[in-house]
This record gives sequence, C-alpha cells and structure tokens, in this order.
Amino acid sequence: MKWKIAVAAAVLAVPAVALLGFGLTRDPGAIPSPLPGRMAPEFALPAFTSGSPTPMHPDSVPHVDTVRLAALRGDVVVLNFYASWCLACRDEHLVLQRVASRYVGTDVHFAGILYNDIVASALDWLKEMGPLPYPSLEDRGSRAAIDYGLYGVPETFIIGRDGRVVLKHVGPVTDSMLVSQIERLRAAAPPASARAGAP
Amino acid sequence: MNVLVGLSALQIALGLSVVGIIILVAGARRNSPRLRDAGYAAVYTSFGLVTVSTLTMVVALVTHDFSVSYVAQVGSRSTPLLFTIISLWAALEGSILFWAFLVFGLAALAVRAHRREPGHSFEYAAATMLAIGVFFLILLVGPANPFHLVVPTPSDGPGPNPLLQNHPLMAVHPPLLYLGYVGLSVPFAFAVGAMVSGEVADDRWIRSARRWTIAAWIFLSAAIIAGMWWSYEVLGWGGYWAWDPVENASFMPWLTATAFLHSIMVQERRGMLRVWNLNLVVVTFVLTVLGTFLTRSGILSSVHAFTQGTIGYYFLAFIAIVLVASLALVAGYAPELRQRGTLDDPLSRETAFLVGNLLLSVMTFTVLLGTLFPLVAEAVRGVKVSVGGPFFNQMTLPVIVMLLFLLGVGPALPWRRTDRAKLSRRLLVPAAVMVTVAIAVVAMGTRDVYAVLAFAFGAFALTTNLQEFWTGARARMRGRGERVFTALPRLVRGNHHRYGGYLAHTGLIAAAIGIAASSAFKTEREITLKPGEAVTVAGRVVRLDDVWGRQEQGRTSIGADVSVLSGGRVVAHLEPAQRFYESSDTPIPTPAVHSSAARDVYVNLMAFKEDGSSATIRVLVEPLVVWIWLGGGIVCLGAFVGFWPQRKRYARAPAVAHTTSTVPNAGEIRPVQVEVLS
Repeated sequence: MKWKIAVAAAVLAVPAVALLGFGLTRDPGAIPSPLPGRMAPEFALPAFTSGSPTPMHPDSVPHVDTVRLAALRGDVVVLNFYASWCLACRDEHLVLQRVASRYVGTDVHFAGILYNDIVASALDWLKEMGPLPYPSLEDRGSRAAIDYGLYGVPETFIIGRDGRVVLKHVGPVTDSMLVSQIERLRAAAPPASARAGAP
Repeated sequence: MNVLVGLSALQIALGLSVVGIIILVAGARRNSPRLRDAGYAAVYTSFGLVTVSTLTMVVALVTHDFSVSYVAQVGSRSTPLLFTIISLWAALEGSILFWAFLVFGLAALAVRAHRREPGHSFEYAAATMLAIGVFFLILLVGPANPFHLVVPTPSDGPGPNPLLQNHPLMAVHPPLLYLGYVGLSVPFAFAVGAMVSGEVADDRWIRSARRWTIAAWIFLSAAIIAGMWWSYEVLGWGGYWAWDPVENASFMPWLTATAFLHSIMVQERRGMLRVWNLNLVVVTFVLTVLGTFLTRSGILSSVHAFTQGTIGYYFLAFIAIVLVASLALVAGYAPELRQRGTLDDPLSRETAFLVGNLLLSVMTFTVLLGTLFPLVAEAVRGVKVSVGGPFFNQMTLPVIVMLLFLLGVGPALPWRRTDRAKLSRRLLVPAAVMVTVAIAVVAMGTRDVYAVLAFAFGAFALTTNLQEFWTGARARMRGRGERVFTALPRLVRGNHHRYGGYLAHTGLIAAAIGIAASSAFKTEREITLKPGEAVTVAGRVVRLDDVWGRQEQGRTSIGADVSVLSGGRVVAHLEPAQRFYESSDTPIPTPAVHSSAARDVYVNLMAFKEDGSSATIRVLVEPLVVWIWLGGGIVCLGAFVGFWPQRKRYARAPAVAHTTSTVPNAGEIRPVQVEVLS
C-alpha cells in the first residue's frame, strides 16, 4: 500500500522537478531575435586596439586596422558589444579575457565592438580592467549596433563558419556557455564554399 | 590561514552532521537517551563549527584578506566598514555560508528549546534540520565554496555590487529574509518528525510548529516590508512592488504560512483541517526552497540572481528529494488523521478561516502560475514570454479585496454558531463606515472598481478590528473601573493570541490602504529646472536650489538641493543624488523622500548639466505611502504579541469569567464575550 503512495508522490513531483530542471538548461539572457539562423550583417570597422597586450593610445596610432566580417568567413566569430560605462561588462570582462586567450591563433576570432562610447574612455577602461587579447572596434554612428538589433550592452553574438548567427546572448557571458557554443561550432564541418576557397 | 580554518570547519561540520543524523535516528529507533543526547551534542558542535567558519569569513572581509576567493570577489579597501561586513551576503557563496549559519543556529535553538520533549518526534525533527544543514554544507564545500585560495593574492578587490552598498537597509533585509526562510524549515522538520515517529495523530507537534511559524512569519513579513522599502528608497522608480519573480518567491511562502497560522487555530479548537495543515507546512517549506532555487540558481536575471555555475542542479536535487519525501510521508500518514470536529454552521469562525485559507491558496497558486508560466511556455511551446504586473494585478486584486472584506467579517463571527441578529448588530457600525467611505471615494472621482472596493472594505475591516479592541476595553472599564489606557494594554495582555492577531490585522489593513492609495492617486512629473525655478505637483511646490558635486568614501556624488514648499512655507529640504562608485561607471540613483502621514514627495535626480546650470528631476507625489511601512511594523508587532507566551494569571478577562466556556482546552477568549456585553 505505502509503496503505491510513494510512487504516486513521485509521479506528482516529477513534472514539477522536470520543469525546473528544464529552466536550468535555459539561458535567461538568450532573448528571441530574428538574427539567429540568418546571415550575420556585414561590417568593416576600424580597430582602436589590436589585441596586443598593451592597448595603444589613440594619439599614437589612430587606428590599427580595419576588421571586416567577410574576411573571417569560414571561421567561428564571437562579437561582443561593450561599453566602458556598462556595469555588466565588467562582470564578463575576465571571462572574455580568459576564453579568448584560449583561442588566440586558432580558427576562432573574437572582436569587441564599442557601443555608444568614446574611444579614449574605452582605452582607459581597458587599461584599468586589463587588455583583451582581440581587437576592439569603433562603431561610429552605431551602424553595426543597429544592424545587429542591439538594445543594450553587453550583448554577444556567436557566428558560425557559414556566416550565420548562431546565438545572441544578452547580458554577461559565462565561461561554460561561451566555450560550449564555440566548441560545438568548431566541431561542425566547414561549409563547402569555405573549403573550396581554402588553399 | 583563513582559508584553512574556514573550509576545514565546514568539512568537519559536514561529517559531524551526517553522523549526527545517523545517531539521532538510531537513538529514536532504539529508544536510547544516550544516543539522543549524543545526537543533540552533534547539532550544537556543528553549529559551533559553522559559526567559526562564518566568523572567519567576517574577519577575512574586515581585514581585507584577498587570498580568500570570496573576499577577492566582493571586498574592496574603499568600501565602508558596515558594507564590508554585510558583503557577507552580497554574493552567492557568502550568502550560502550565512544561510548555513542560520540553519544550524536555529537547529541548535530548537534542540535547546525542545530537547526534553517526550516521545521521539523531536529527535527525527532534529535529524531533519541537520539534513537541511547537510545540504547547505555540501554546497559550501562543493560548488559554492567561498574559501578558495587565491594565488597570487590581489592587492584590492572590486567591492560589492554598488546597488547593494547604497543603503543601510541592505544590512537588514537579507538577514530577515533568511531568518524567515530558514525559520519556516523548523515547522517542516516538526511535521516530518511527527510523521516519521508515528506521533502525528496526537497533534502535539502543531503547538511547537505554530510558535516557530509565527516567529519565522514575523521575520518574513519584516523582510518583505524591508525589501519593498529598499526598492522604494534605492531604485528610484517610486514603486515598491513589481511582481518580480524574486518578490513572488518571498510572497508565496508568506501566503501559505499566513494560511497555516489561521487554519491551525481550527485544528487546535475543533480538530478539523488536520491533513490540510500538514500539507500547508510542507508546501510552505517547499515554496521557501523553490524561492531559494529561483533566486540562487541563475534561472532568472535579477539583482538577486548571482552569476554562477552548477549550484542550480544541487538545488534541483534537493527540491526533488524534499518533494518526493514529503509527498510520500503526507500521503502515507494522512489516513491516520481523521477529522474530529464537524462544521456546525456555515456562518461561523471556522468558515471564515476556511474561506480565508481558500483565498490565500488561490492567491498562492496564481502567483506560482505567473512566476513559472514563462518556464512552462518555453518548455511546451518554445517561446519566450514574460508575465508582468498586469497579469498579477488582474488576477490577485479580486482575491485581495475579498480578503480585506473577510478581515472585516471574520472577527465578528464566533466559533461554531452565529446568532444572526447579534452579527448584524456587530457589523452595523463597520458597514456604515464602509458605505460612507465608498461614497466619499467615488465622490472624490475614483472610478476604478478595485480602488473603491479596497478603500471601502479596508475601512470596514479596520472598523471591525478596532471595534474588537473597543468593546473589550469598554468591558474592562465598566467591569473593573479601569481607565482606557490601563484597560487596553491589560486587555491585550489578557489574551495575546487574539489581540495580537487583531493588531496584525489592523496593520495589514493600514498597509493595504496605503498600497491602494499610493497606486491609485500617484502623480508624476519629470522636468528640467534651473536653480531657483520650481514646479508644482499635486499641490506641492518643488524648487531646485542648487546642483552640487562631492567626493565621498569610495564614490563621487552629484546631487541637487531641492526644497519642498507647501502653502509658501518650506516643509523639507531634499538631496536627491546620483552616486558614481569607483567600481562602476553606471550611476546609482539615490532618490530623496519627504514623508508625512498624508503623502510622500519623492524626488529623483535624473540628469544634470555638468556646470550645474540645470537639473532634470522626477517628482512623484504618492499619498499614504508611509502607512505601508507603519502598517508593516504593526503587523510584525501584532504577530510578536501573539508569539509572546501567555502568563497564566492573565489567562482570562473577568468579563468572560462568568460565561461558561463551552470549548474545552480553550487558550483564548472566544467572541462569546459580546453576548455578555451586549
């Protein structure tokens, strides 16, 4: 008799626990956006840091280079929109530093895009927080931010080898989420077009 | 050094607690007082060890020992001492440590208070409390370990989240909430103990459960009020409740605990609702665990949700164990709990409690549904939805006004049977007040049905509850020739349960009226002013006098000097400001409030010209806000009066002494009193 009751209790509890467990697998920062699954909007933005250990001052070298998304096709790209005035960006700064430095020199490229901010304050901020091992880009007139449908910082976009946006993440990123997404995309075979173009 | 002491104390406590559980269960099964006492000693010792660990963390925080991972995470040399100490609960690991400290503290206190009780139910209850403690210790030595060694030792840290170091209420709200949450696990432990020991049928456990529930309920109520106040004083939006999941998480166990505190009286007096009460205790505890899960697992984004990793799965396992174990226990023992009494009259105090319980349960379910619905929608249909204020307001307002009405009727209903004629006589004055208020509110131009009903029912309930004090005091004044200020306190002293309850009702009604008024009659204005210019909002003139900047410890403040004028006279100087913390570039708004009994003038600095030539301020005039805080205070005071043990010589008021009490074992004066008086 008693074991039947225990089974009934378990049956009642299972959906509740399953629901909460499902909730844990969801990322509250993953906000619906029409972008995932579509081609990432192209951009060509001037970099104000190269990603070398010491950020340069804008007076010494005005712009290091221009980063074009099209040039990175065939590789995994992580775009992080940030600003020096943003509190949550501080939370994820260490994570980005840590994860990005793992992928230096691989087929995974990171880029930071400054949002609604002045390059000089961003450089001061990077000096204070520690440099990022990847270039930071200046987005004059927030063109890229508008293309990507940004509504706040930080937001992070992960783009697959085929140039499609795989994930849009709102709010600070975490190590595990970033690494698992990147590794999943790396494991995917490069698209035929990219392979054909490769030497 | 701190790392070593703090962590090893936790590890030893974990081992000792597990051993303690085994000893207590074995002691209860073998009926061995020696094993039992050894088990109790394990509870005390574990508490001592967790205390050592917690104090080590406080010392590490105060001495800026950045080799401790938690200190490196939340500490900063520029944070003032008070906020350094309370950053013990400013992030995940520390809050779990503090939580564990309270779990063991209350377990030790419960052992101290109940160790001499006959039977074995308390031994199982103590084992249950240890088991809850073990869960928190597993978190602390595993995924939420605050004592990692940081190498190399940083010279400084970022400091706690600026939002959490802007107001002293942060020193008050979290400990109160934890005490409330942890306190509610004690009645649960009693329930489990009573069931496992097979002593549930003798109803002895409900007395202890009731006292612990009242105590926990006081802390939980105070915590909710403090949280609302913090949100009002710090966040700068002029509101205090947003149906945020974390607010709901604290509200749901409060609702079920409130239901329990009322329905337990029906069980004590009439032997009814026994299974229901058992369920309420269990559900309340499950809801506190759910609340902890929601706020600590990262399942939601919120100021309470800290970034973290795997801890959510530990909580999930804990919820699963608690749910399955308690459902199985309740289902297994419910058949032993036969209802002893029956409902004699549909118009009686029992019915009032029953309806009240029903309304509170409906409300709990509604809030639970709204809180979890986004999860359900995502699980079932894969869409992201958010459930906001409109849903909760629409669903809960009808229940709230019904509860207000019930608060007015309930005290007028005697146990068992009601004499209809006497009831109508008792409700005459309150009903008249209700109608008058309703007409006045409509005449003032309120067309919102719920606002009118809230005011009318609030006035009705307030009158009934105050009338209880009045009739009781008048009886003493007539019978003993006491003056009113002697009679009132003696009346309350004569029956803590009853008058404490009425006092709590009075406070709750005052708070409800404050909430209704401040949300229905809020006036808001945002305007840019130059120094010397003024704006009139709802009859209050608000003048900008100056814009200033100032360097303070760990932060820079930019603020405005604002004068509030009424009838040409300055009634208040306010200094709304924006604070820029070193660790953050986002300014933290610091609104300033001028409170009076009738209305609050709430001024928030939105923007400013750096040369001080102008400032944009937002002015809100909200009536009766202060009554929410005062009412909340009265609620806690009333519950405290009800909690305070009754001294025998005041057990009965003379007015009742010559009515023959028909209820055996009555600890309270029944409303029969009125039959003598009228």
